[in-house]
Amino acid sequence: MTLLVHMFTLATVGAGLLFFVAGLVGLLRLPDDLTRLHALAKADNVGLALIVVGLLPQAASLLDAGKLVAVWALLQLASGAVAQLMAEVAAREAKEGGE
Amino acid sequence: MNLVLDGALALLVLLAAARATLARQPLPAVVAFIGYGLALGVAWVRLGAPDVAMTEVAVGGGVTGLVLLRAVSAAAAGAEAAATPVRRVAALALSLVVFAALAGVVVGLPEPAPSLAEAVATHLPPTGLGNPITGVLIVFRALDTLLETVVLLLALIGVWSLSPDRSWAGALAGLDAPPSGALDFLARVIAPVGLVVGIYMFWAGADVPGGAFQGGAVLAAMGLLVIAAGIRPPPRLQCRSLRLMLLAGPFAFLGVGVAGWFVAGAFLDYPAGIEKPVIIAVEVAITLSIAVTLALLVLGPPKERAP
Repeated sequence: MTLLVHMFTLATVGAGLLFFVAGLVGLLRLPDDLTRLHALAKADNVGLALIVVGLLPQAASLLDAGKLVAVWALLQLASGAVAQLMAEVAAREAKEGGE
Repeated sequence: MNLVLDGALALLVLLAAARATLARQPLPAVVAFIGYGLALGVAWVRLGAPDVAMTEVAVGGGVTGLVLLRAVSAAAAGAEAAATPVRRVAALALSLVVFAALAGVVVGLPEPAPSLAEAVATHLPPTGLGNPITGVLIVFRALDTLLETVVLLLALIGVWSLSPDRSWAGALAGLDAPPSGALDFLARVIAPVGLVVGIYMFWAGADVPGGAFQGGAVLAAMGLLVIAAGIRPPPRLQCRSLRLMLLAGPFAFLGVGVAGWFVAGAFLDYPAGIEKPVIIAVEVAITLSIAVTLALLVLGPPKERAP
């Protein structure tokens, strides 16, 4: 049983890391500010969600599992808002550059 | 496996530090510095020092990074003199000498290394605290913490003295964030959560990793977020309650220290039996002062004449 739990954790955390790597590749290879932001925001959110889901069975108690979910929720909120802010700046700069 | 992870972490810290010192432009250097602070925080956790890790990330990475970012955006681009090769080599040589000395001291410690941990563990129970770090900060080395709070206050006065004479105690410039729905939403949702987290970090620091500095830094960050979103204007420096909040920490601590002379026999000695309430009272005062001081340090010197 614990073997299954550990395999689940390894698989989901590994998948989450893959998403982070994908976001990194997008950051490095995509041409434009807005496309890079899109890749980073989407990949990081899914990656973090997978990592948190993978760590939930390893949590010592229900309270610890709740704290992991709370960390995930706060990070979602913050990274979503920050991505919006950066996109606003990028769009404004693109508009000013075009004029 | 641990060695591989620790090695990767050490490499990350070194790379971030290299990027921060060798970057040509100031903005990538500051961003690398913030990343360095985060990586160093994780390194502190790996060394078994979560209190230090929290302070590193909150104050070293967060507040200091924010002050540097504002400095970079305010400084004229391309106006600074580049470091000459001689200066660079001298700085590198000096850093290597300091590193070699520190490494020699740490590696050459006798086994077991001399440590005061046992003495702290023996004397911690009478104070009513469960966290030895807080015990060292507020009880055993209280003088150091008192001086730290005074140094913070002096740093703030130093920052204020950068304003021209006519703007002394004038209006603070805000954080120059353009109006944004996302920022407004973020501030309104996260600020209450951050307030609870900051107060909890200070309160729980009595028994688990945490403390006044970390909690104060989080509270300062929430205040700055609210000011950045434009929900509240920056505080007025002539406001008496603001100045009282700044002074509360150092002077409450000093007052408790002097009272200790008469009540308990020595400066900064706590009276037997009521140590914990006095410690909590002092910590409340210094958390408040640290939060307000850090926020005002980020907001910088006043720009305009007082209205």
